[in-house]
Amino acid sequence: MKEQTSQDPELLRRLLRAKDRMDVASHEDWPVERLARVSRVSKAHFARSFKDAFGVPPHRYLLTRRIERAKTLLRDTELSITDIAFQTGWKSLGTFGRIFRDITAESPGQLRVREKAASHELDRVPACFLSAAHRPDLKFAVLEKRRREAKVKNKATK
Amino acid sequence: MSQGVGVVGLYVRDQDEALKFYVDKLGFRVHTDSRNGDYRWLTVQHPEQPSFQLGLYAPGPPVLDAATAQTLREIVAKGAMPPLVLVVDDCRAAYKTMHAAGVEFTQEPVTRYGSTDASFRDPSGNGWKMVEARKVPS
Repeated sequence: MKEQTSQDPELLRRLLRAKDRMDVASHEDWPVERLARVSRVSKAHFARSFKDAFGVPPHRYLLTRRIERAKTLLRDTELSITDIAFQTGWKSLGTFGRIFRDITAESPGQLRVREKAASHELDRVPACFLSAAHRPDLKFAVLEKRRREAKVKNKATK
Repeated sequence: MSQGVGVVGLYVRDQDEALKFYVDKLGFRVHTDSRNGDYRWLTVQHPEQPSFQLGLYAPGPPVLDAATAQTLREIVAKGAMPPLVLVVDDCRAAYKTMHAAGVEFTQEPVTRYGSTDASFRDPSGNGWKMVEARKVPS
């Protein structure tokens, strides 16, 4: 594991601004150029320092936020899964479903059924903190996860 | 009230900047501002909450060594300090005033779960949720 180096707090504060912007509008497109502009740094510098600061690359962070929002909508609304997919920033239902399953290990429909069945007494916790508590913990990229699973499968069939 | 929590503090990157923010932009009052060499004990207070002080402390010597202080400054700037909640009577009105004063909002007022909330950060990176006081159902 790479040793965590110290980062300039002034830079971190500007990186936080980009993270805040993704948090509040995770349904929007966030190409690195746009994020780098918010943080007032170059593209290359942004991607590297964001990962150093927050432990995940910016795009992966965005995915976790979208899935988190989708989980909230599945739990708290009666919106259709298609509506939720588009509202949380996916361009196709297929991609949404696949990434959702990759991250949460269940389908959006399964999660909805399970969550609706469980009773929650969480109405005293501010909504934003609840949402943070439900944030999926993405340790590695979705693609990487698929690659690893494929490897295991290949080994098994050999 | 004679017992209870009296002071809770935040780490800030610059006490002068923090003082300006909490007093000029948020409407807090200075409770104590006293120096002893490099050390500065600074607390502010909400005008409607005389029993509670919010401390605004700069991490550094003589309390902390330089490396620890640097780590804390990084943590604050990353927004990783615990969440803070400011309760107001009218979230949208407060948003309007504070936004006009130049407060950095990270979320505009949203009405959900029967209440309205917004989010902002202080210059150092400390994150505040601003929520409307729950009205007692009549």
